Amino acid sequence: MPPVIEVSAIRKTYGRTVAVDEASFTVNEGEIFGLIGPNGAGKTTTMECIEGLRKPDRGAISVLGLDPFRQVYKLQERIGVQLQQAQLQKRIKVWEAVDLWASLYRKKKVNTERLLEQLGLSEKRDAWFMNLSGGQKQRLFIALALINDPEVVFLDELTTGLDPQARRAIWDLVREIRVHGKTVFLTTHLMDEAERLCDRVAIIEHGRIIDMDSPERLVARHCPERTVILDTDNPTAEEHFNAIPRVESAVRTGLRFTIRGRGDDLVTDVIHCLSENRIRVTDFRTILPNLEDVFLKLTGHFIRE
Amino acid sequence: MLRGLWKLTWIEIKVFMREPMGAFGSIVVPVLLFVVLGRFANNRLTPPSPVVSSFSRAGVPVLVSILIAVSAVLSLVTIISIYREGGILKRIRATPLRPQTILTAHVVVKLILTAATLVLMFLAGNRYLPPGIHAPLFSFTIALLITTWSISSIGFLIASIVPTARFAQPIGAVILYPMIVLSGLFVPIQLLPPGFQAVAKVLPFTYAVRLLQGIWNGDGWRSHLTDVAALAVVFLVCTALSAKVFRWE
Repeated sequence: MPPVIEVSAIRKTYGRTVAVDEASFTVNEGEIFGLIGPNGAGKTTTMECIEGLRKPDRGAISVLGLDPFRQVYKLQERIGVQLQQAQLQKRIKVWEAVDLWASLYRKKKVNTERLLEQLGLSEKRDAWFMNLSGGQKQRLFIALALINDPEVVFLDELTTGLDPQARRAIWDLVREIRVHGKTVFLTTHLMDEAERLCDRVAIIEHGRIIDMDSPERLVARHCPERTVILDTDNPTAEEHFNAIPRVESAVRTGLRFTIRGRGDDLVTDVIHCLSENRIRVTDFRTILPNLEDVFLKLTGHFIRE
Repeated sequence: MLRGLWKLTWIEIKVFMREPMGAFGSIVVPVLLFVVLGRFANNRLTPPSPVVSSFSRAGVPVLVSILIAVSAVLSLVTIISIYREGGILKRIRATPLRPQTILTAHVVVKLILTAATLVLMFLAGNRYLPPGIHAPLFSFTIALLITTWSISSIGFLIASIVPTARFAQPIGAVILYPMIVLSGLFVPIQLLPPGFQAVAKVLPFTYAVRLLQGIWNGDGWRSHLTDVAALAVVFLVCTALSAKVFRWE
């Protein structure tokens, strides 16, 4: 099966600034693909090239077998694009927005009332846009993006500015979109969002894609470090921990040990050591690296800097 | 091409009427202004001098009508810059809703509101008009719509130069209101210094005022074809210029 989105070596410059530099990737049918990186890394420019809003200076893009720039009208019937926040008239009612959007497409497959219900907006159908909460606004934008029953859905920074609870609700909705067989392309600068939501991510910085894979494999590839934190009053513990081959350091502060090492087996080794030497512990935690750490390792700085 | 235009126009009218200042500012205020000015001109200025008489006969309705048109265009400028600032004009291009559709819908909304305000103004202020005047309401409304339509194209030019939505209203006002002063509404153009006369000749309001005054005083359309043509030229030139310089984002 050919990929839904195929981007090969696109480059886009604004004056002397290179926004996207030789970016290449493919997105397969039915997956949630995330383009992640800090603000200004080239995420939105890349997405806009794929949506047909911008023409790359070089390189080729194919979406659902179409050239997004030349066949933009054909493409629009088959994709859904989430609008960024604060972009509807303040006093437009929820049902009016949905009704207007639905009237724009030639094919009408989606039952708008059911769509509102699925997104938990039925009770708000007569509410003005300005009176919706941040989460409700984003759910409305998702509704508008889904109104033409699209094959690919584009979501740009969709949980930015939401509280954790609303964010979780939106994540559930995005997973739901995939269950219906649609492909999701999203951008985010939130690493935990990418980690929980995306099947595959591409990390972009200064317009270049640095690496691309599933979040788990990226972590395994770039951050093999593991940390175990445990509390024990056993006086011989330090000696035993340092004897574990995989352990690189075991630092003691009061009763607490911070044990660092590499590889997935570190945790097993520590547990094995505890039971073999009958070391009694009152607390035991592991700290696993995440995408945030991968980003730090690849770029040398934190994503929010 | 313009799919969704009528639905969007209807929604924009509803949205506008929901704004607390929307209906009040653009409909009630001009009507009140007309009533107050009409009373003032009628009661205080008799017996009229020839100049005052002509101002009270055609000046007040034309002045208020021009103000209606200008406020409509200013609110158009504001809306466009708000939409651009919010990125909607750019992002909307990823949907089948064309930016041209949005812009057209807003012009249509302004035309409808202008006509509605004018009709209300006549209904409310009819008895303050000097006796013996039977203004051709329908023709006058058409003339005002042509005026609004023509200067809306200047609105798009202004919208291209305002940096942010906050400056849209003041910058628009600074550009549009002085044009009214030179339009011959207050001082006949022949009495202006030659330099100002030359400026007045290229300003659209000069033709708008002549058209509106003429129609109000019962002239036929035939005698004002030049004015209509001038307003059409303004529209074509400004639209062509906007198409070049308009910023979508």
